[in-house]
Amino acid sequence: MSVRHALLALLSEGPKYGLQLRQEFEARTGEVWPLNVGQVYTTLRRLERDGLVESDDDGTEEGPQRGFHITPEGEAELATWLRTPPDMTSPPRDELVIKVLVALALPGVDVRDVVQVHRRYVVELMQQWTRLKEDAPEHDVGFLLVVDAELFRLDSVIRWLDAADGRLARLAADAKDAPEPAPAPSLSPRLRRRVGMRR
Amino acid sequence: MSALELRGVSKVYGDGPTEVHALRNVDLSVEAGMLVAVMGPSGSGKSTLLTIAGSLEVPTSGEVLVDGVPVANMSRNDRARLRRRSIGYVFQDFNLLAGLTSVENVALPLELDGVTAKKARVAGMHALEELGIGDRASHFPDELSGGERQRVAIARAVVGDRHLLLADEPSGALDSVNAEAVIRLVRAACQRGVAGVIVTHDAQLASWADRVVFLRDGRIVDQTMPPPGPESLLSPGATS
Repeated sequence: MSVRHALLALLSEGPKYGLQLRQEFEARTGEVWPLNVGQVYTTLRRLERDGLVESDDDGTEEGPQRGFHITPEGEAELATWLRTPPDMTSPPRDELVIKVLVALALPGVDVRDVVQVHRRYVVELMQQWTRLKEDAPEHDVGFLLVVDAELFRLDSVIRWLDAADGRLARLAADAKDAPEPAPAPSLSPRLRRRVGMRR
Repeated sequence: MSALELRGVSKVYGDGPTEVHALRNVDLSVEAGMLVAVMGPSGSGKSTLLTIAGSLEVPTSGEVLVDGVPVANMSRNDRARLRRRSIGYVFQDFNLLAGLTSVENVALPLELDGVTAKKARVAGMHALEELGIGDRASHFPDELSGGERQRVAIARAVVGDRHLLLADEPSGALDSVNAEAVIRLVRAACQRGVAGVIVTHDAQLASWADRVVFLRDGRIVDQTMPPPGPESLLSPGATS
């Protein structure tokens, strides 16, 4: 999450004080992302240094009394940022994928049981997020969007686990029929690096 | 006493080399006011579990109790009455009768049970209004959107005094906004005291349930623990 661009977005609505920026940031993100006040001022100083915001007074006074406004350069930066897709080209290092891959390689470990342990944990998390959604007022769009994003993310984890489970079940069924033992699973060094596995 | 209880339920289709064990020794109990989701891949026995729970099918072994009464001990007529009066079904493809209006569809199970047409219609209207589609009462199914059709189907499932709601992928054909609306209605019905069971492979749908049980190869292999309060999700770790 870019605090820098979140602050620019808030300032694009009009001049604001540091403390106000922090409160509004938390309110807009459904209070799911707490922000400490030191972070707000550090970020504002950097934005000021880069010419993206300006302080409303002479700059002698630090703290809550000091207001900021966005510059035309700041507006341009914000517009560019909004339309620049985040980097999704390389998969993040995913601990869950690694655990399942490791389980696959270990003798005596039932991978499908490992998959189920994680599936249950993720569904329990989803139940908690769903309770939050259920209790949230309908007009709290920021919060609902944050919860939806989390639910979709966790849902994609479940789908991957289901797909893994299905693949493993099919593999086990095939292995029963085939006289030859199935070859040990292997990952190319390149793929190992891609999923973030260390040697 | 549970609204629905399955004790050691097994179901075998076919015999000899073609024998298929759809369910193996399944125990499940659902209290009034509770929503339970059954998750599992295709072929795991989900739909069989639901049809046995709804006494549409008979288990090979084990027993099903509705409100504490073993269904197997009931006469054919009593079983049919139980299905008509106490159990509501919601299917993925709605199963509405095309030649009947919304309110006629909803009133139908009551009329089949001997309730007068007028009383059934009043109860049907009430159920539709509760689901926010009273204004669609005289529309035919093909004049309704997918979300509205599923609301009618839910109204039909809870009309009258039904207190066991069984749903098979109730939001399967709907987009995520309508799917959420549908499951909210199912949950609201449960909060009014109905016992609900939904079978689904959709984790987002299942996560509305109080308890999620996982079915694999006909066996219940796992279930979720009662979730802690949602506050635990919001414990702060400062943003970086």
